[in-house]
Amino acid sequence: MRRPLCEGGGVMALDALDRAIINQMQGGFPLCANPYAEVARQLGTSESELLARIQKLLDGKVLTRFGPMYHAERLGGGLSLAAMKIPAADFERVAGIVNAMPEVAHNYARDHALNMWFVLATETPQGQQEAIERIERETGYPVFDMPKIREYFVELKLRIEA
Amino acid sequence: MDATDRAIVLATQEGLPLVPQPYHAVAEQVGISPVEVMTRLHAMLESGVIRRIGAVPNHYALGYKANGMTVWDVDDARIDELGERIGQLDFVSHCYQRPRHLPDWPYNFFAMVHGHDRAEVERKAQKIAELLGDASSGHEILYSTRLLKKTGLRISV
Repeated sequence: MRRPLCEGGGVMALDALDRAIINQMQGGFPLCANPYAEVARQLGTSESELLARIQKLLDGKVLTRFGPMYHAERLGGGLSLAAMKIPAADFERVAGIVNAMPEVAHNYARDHALNMWFVLATETPQGQQEAIERIERETGYPVFDMPKIREYFVELKLRIEA
Repeated sequence: MDATDRAIVLATQEGLPLVPQPYHAVAEQVGISPVEVMTRLHAMLESGVIRRIGAVPNHYALGYKANGMTVWDVDDARIDELGERIGQLDFVSHCYQRPRHLPDWPYNFFAMVHGHDRAEVERKAQKIAELLGDASSGHEILYSTRLLKKTGLRISV
């Protein structure tokens, strides 16, 4: 079940228009009747070309998503980062249990004694504690819960050379 | 958030439709007017329920192959002031104060740093170290070695 980090991505060749689309579309998508036409105009391309390019970038997993980014806590839900220290021999079993939980939005292996890091996104704050308790019960290992105390900055600022 | 906002969230959490009039498509699905969809999305942006409307790039596909979670043990009395400054750095995408778990985990400040390789992440972490100065008594960089799961936020029906 070992999967490369770049699963599904990293192979598509990007031309100048693809790169301009990626840079332009990280935020600020317009709220108007024909927003793709508006962005296409800014990029000097056509609406139909822009729509086709976005679809291609999503299909090629160069973009993982396009749309509104919702803020979990302000939707009334809970969001937390959690880590676990899992022996190598038991890692796949625990990853299977953790990944199977719908509350787990992202999960990464990291090179540290705390070697599994995941984001828990739940519809209610109390869902967090229930999810943590279930993971501890089913895996037999403690969860280090690291909810944010303060957020100083969250914004993607990835620029690629045009 | 009322039932109509919730219906809009449900209709768009997988993404915005790739059709010339996406808000009209959402309006049809939710059963309200396109103007109301746009007005409500605007209000959710203003209130911060929506962080932004845009695309999420796959870092790895764009050549940012090293993603370092830099973690720091920062003086609690100075963390807010320093956190705001580090959040302004253009190579820091997320920046948070989180609880320590002593003795295993002494770090209370997290900053995600993206680079083309580990050397670039380390140079960037060095800039954070300079800004923190003697307010930091230790740090580590944790690199992701495998993506085990990635789905977006989901709310159920």
